[in-house]
Amino acid sequence: MRSARSAWRFLDDRLRLEPVVAFLREKEVPRHRLTWAYFFGGLSLFFLAVQVTTGILLLLYYRPTPEAAYESVEFVMTRVEFGWLVRSVHAWSANLMVLSVVVHMSSVYLMRSYGRPRDLTWWTGMLLLAATLGFGFSGYLLPWNTLAFFATRVGTDMVGKVPLVGGSLLRVLRGGEDVSGATLTRFFGLHAAVLPLLAFVLLGLHLLLVQRHNVHVPPSLREEARRRPGIPFLPDFTLRELVVWLIGLALLAALAAFRPWELGARADPFASAPAGIQPEWYFLFVFQTLKLLPARILGVEGELLGLAAFGAAAVLWFLAPVLDRASRRGEPSRTATVVGLAVLLYAAAMTLYAALAGRRS
Amino acid sequence: MSPNAAAEAKPTRRAWLSWLLGTSLGAVALSILYPLVRYVLPPPSAESQTGRVLAGRRSELPPGSGKTFRFGAKPGIVVATPGGEIRAFSAVCTHLACTVQYRKDLQHIWCACHDGHYSLEGVPIAGPPPRPLERYDVAVKGDEIWVSRQQG
Ligand code: FES
Repeated sequence: MRSARSAWRFLDDRLRLEPVVAFLREKEVPRHRLTWAYFFGGLSLFFLAVQVTTGILLLLYYRPTPEAAYESVEFVMTRVEFGWLVRSVHAWSANLMVLSVVVHMSSVYLMRSYGRPRDLTWWTGMLLLAATLGFGFSGYLLPWNTLAFFATRVGTDMVGKVPLVGGSLLRVLRGGEDVSGATLTRFFGLHAAVLPLLAFVLLGLHLLLVQRHNVHVPPSLREEARRRPGIPFLPDFTLRELVVWLIGLALLAALAAFRPWELGARADPFASAPAGIQPEWYFLFVFQTLKLLPARILGVEGELLGLAAFGAAAVLWFLAPVLDRASRRGEPSRTATVVGLAVLLYAAAMTLYAALAGRRS
Repeated sequence: MSPNAAAEAKPTRRAWLSWLLGTSLGAVALSILYPLVRYVLPPPSAESQTGRVLAGRRSELPPGSGKTFRFGAKPGIVVATPGGEIRAFSAVCTHLACTVQYRKDLQHIWCACHDGHYSLEGVPIAGPPPRPLERYDVAVKGDEIWVSRQQG
């Protein structure tokens, strides 16, 4: 006890921690019937921590070349003790992290918490979402299996359709004209160096901003939040978040142990794409839309229109704090809610459609 | 020089200096950025303008079958039509660049990625592919099937 106190004094003397602790002690999280939504940001953070840990462990054996990548992952899964578990946890945690991030983003949107002064928080959050998807997309290729190979071919080909700079972007991403060993090297660098650094900086900013402005209470819940006592951030809210993390861990462990992530077949760049090929679930809504669009719409190639629409939608979504003027004044807006619900429902419906169609084939 | 004139000269000198500073900072940024961008763009692959390629053998292609082969850096596909004619195409789907295959049950070329269908002429007949597959010239010499880019 005494040594703990002197250690604390040592740190406090040098880092001036007292104000930080005082701030956290005073901080309260509003209590209302949607308080549960506040836990998803923290849950995403938990899965990210799992990703960093298991990712570093995988680095001990992984080799990023087309000759060795598949075999090195196979080696981890079959020869290294608990290697199957580490890889399975990494793959499952990635998916749960995307899910958690999507729920977090959707709840923030629907509660319209992005209004000034939280617009910067929203923008760092959207960039973190993009980084998360980038992690997913780049990591998917690393085992160099057939599914990954074609997912990368198709995904990068889409980037190539961007007007003017598309061709150069495509070559930068692939490290050449085609998906090859150069692509694998680049994706590995992106996955293990560039994105982590980027995510780290963005996350620091994001968390700082969340602490600065605390969570947002939508107008319809303000009355309730005023009536009920807030949840002290320390220790009550933190302990609850910890329980949420434990639930996340339990889910992750169960999935990783009972549904080990498969490795699939080694990629052959000159073989046909196998029947039933699909991307990861979080890209299914784009996939299904591209599948349904006809070859030509009013003389323009269907996929070009589709991709342009997705690009525009992403930009508009990003700009929500600017477009939704009422959010700055903290006023309700029917339009924002209806648009948001329509977009989210569309994505959910297309995902479900693709999943069901995939199961049938 | 009167003190007045000195005061007037000062701002222009300052403006000149900050212009100098600004442009040199810009030049520094540019001299770092330009090589960086050029570095990130990969050099063009020393791809030999693939002449003729042995795509397969007649004996492995009975009528109504197909196989992919390596045509330079890209996959190609040879098919034997149900009538026994040999044709070759680029196997890169014109939609989003998956590799197509011959479907025995449908007797035409099919792309698994977004369910695109091509006739045995390489022309899209259903699904999202917007353009026909690039057609290659085929020369059968005995058992060997040689494929080359179409002339002209
Ligand atoms: S890539 Fe062939 S149909 Fe989309």
